[in-house]
Amino acid sequence: MNAATHLVELEHLIVRLPVDGGRRAVLRGVDLTIGVGEAVGLVGESGSGKSMTARTIDRLLPDNAVVEGVVRFDGDDVWSMDGDALRRFRTDVAMVFQDPRAHINPVRRIGDFMTEAVIAHGLMAKREATARAIELLDAVRIDRGPARMRQYPHELSGGMLQRVMIATALMARPRLLLADEPTTALDVTTQAEVMAILDELRVEFGLAMLFITHDLELATAVCNRTVVMYAGQVMEIGEAESVESNPTHPYTIALLGARPSIAASRTRLDAIPGQPMSAYDAPDDACAFESRCKHAVDECRAAMPQLVAFGPRSVRCIRIDSPVVVAAHD
Amino acid sequence: MTETAGATELVLEARNLCKDFGAHRAVDDVSFTVRAGRSLAIVGESGSGKTTVARMIVGLERPTSGTITACGRDRSRPATTTRERRRRAREVQIVFQDPYTSLDPRQTIRGMLAEIVTSHGGAADPARVGRLLELVGLDHRQAESLPRRLSGGQRQRATIARALAAAPQVMILDESVAALDVSIQAQILNLLMDIRDETGVSYVLISHDLAVVRQLTDDVIVMRHGQVVESGATGDVLDAPAHEYTRLLRDSVPRRGWKPIRKEPV
Repeated sequence: MNAATHLVELEHLIVRLPVDGGRRAVLRGVDLTIGVGEAVGLVGESGSGKSMTARTIDRLLPDNAVVEGVVRFDGDDVWSMDGDALRRFRTDVAMVFQDPRAHINPVRRIGDFMTEAVIAHGLMAKREATARAIELLDAVRIDRGPARMRQYPHELSGGMLQRVMIATALMARPRLLLADEPTTALDVTTQAEVMAILDELRVEFGLAMLFITHDLELATAVCNRTVVMYAGQVMEIGEAESVESNPTHPYTIALLGARPSIAASRTRLDAIPGQPMSAYDAPDDACAFESRCKHAVDECRAAMPQLVAFGPRSVRCIRIDSPVVVAAHD
Repeated sequence: MTETAGATELVLEARNLCKDFGAHRAVDDVSFTVRAGRSLAIVGESGSGKTTVARMIVGLERPTSGTITACGRDRSRPATTTRERRRRAREVQIVFQDPYTSLDPRQTIRGMLAEIVTSHGGAADPARVGRLLELVGLDHRQAESLPRRLSGGQRQRATIARALAAAPQVMILDESVAALDVSIQAQILNLLMDIRDETGVSYVLISHDLAVVRQLTDDVIVMRHGQVVESGATGDVLDAPAHEYTRLLRDSVPRRGWKPIRKEPV
């Protein structure tokens, strides 16, 4: 993918938030790109910075956050946008969150919720907005659209409400969807259905997506590329299926090895010792994963490894060429 | 706890269990047995009635009809005496999903364990508290901490230690590893397997996660809309599901080569 096709570019993004009088880093130099119409999976555990990355792209950070580095959308610096450029950006980017009930007004009807933003922004008249909402409800396979528009959120199941959120996100014809664990709170069969719908619509509308999840297998199923994050940094980027079938970074390898399998039980799971490191606890002069990594050597504690090309991958590890690590991912 | 009974001893039996909430039947004629040292999974999605079954086993809900027997004694009706409640606590304990809300925020982990050990044993027993902490892998500093100073995984270790403090025959794990990060979940699953080897405790795992079910249990019942749609040995049911709902559940789990599929009405 060449530079001209990048819809989103993050360049060495550092975000610090005020904590206990000081400022602590939540993102520690994130580089990544999302192509036009491309789906990128952002995978990681708690505190890895995956939600913070999406929030930084969408400028949803508190006022006292300090942002270094650049977020570009369609070539323009997102954090210096104002006026019309910012308004256009707001319609180009939509977000879907984990818990639909926390992001919908419980006393407003579904129809009002779906249409209010596009009407308020002057993108559509009420009649047109209503017609589009009904069309999108049908697209997310919610039947009896006109009747649903008059219902309240409590009358819909969680899975149905999340489909309403997806339909609402598509109202203004965005070019980028930021989906933050959109199916984590749903039942597994509902998750499969919502993901199938999201995937079909995304392809049909040529929508780019940043899909945030803790589930690497789920990311593989619906994304072109996968980005693995740890402690506020990108550890590995690669084509989605190959990251899952042939992980390169010791953290990615360990993450995949730690999951139990539906196909067979094991005497012991290959658990990763210790606990996930938050970005703000991570050292600046060593690999963040080093303390939990079974391949770590003294050099891992001597300097922070850089994200470097490794074949078609980008990997942040100085040990990827070493025989033990190569053996682990073969 | 040592396993003195034979391997075939029933430690838990539910027979024709029903629970109505008003006009809604949440649990409909559910029966199962758990033998000493064996583990059972109750699998289902929201509204399947799996958590209501767990709550009835530990006495948080009263069955509308049917019986629950633990270690040969009926527990279908509420305990009326402290003595009876304590005895039941030594038969069955429960570990909930959320370690953030199921611990007293003002009590240290060691204090909490000491209180339970004392109330069940009749006297303080610091050595036993130490053994429990060691069993779940909490160190001295963590033992002296309030819950808010601990991570999610450490808190779940503390709630497991609390359940073990009463030396139960059966532990109900109500989505106990569902909220944990992948790397922590693996640690807790290993811990639960070690504890079973060491104490002979039986688990009843309430879960929607079929991989966790496979890892931890011998037998499974699959629930839907309050009813059991399929039951059998965990490996058999997951490898060759007989009921189409079980098949749908299994096929909905993301894994290598998986693509999301739309739910067909069952």
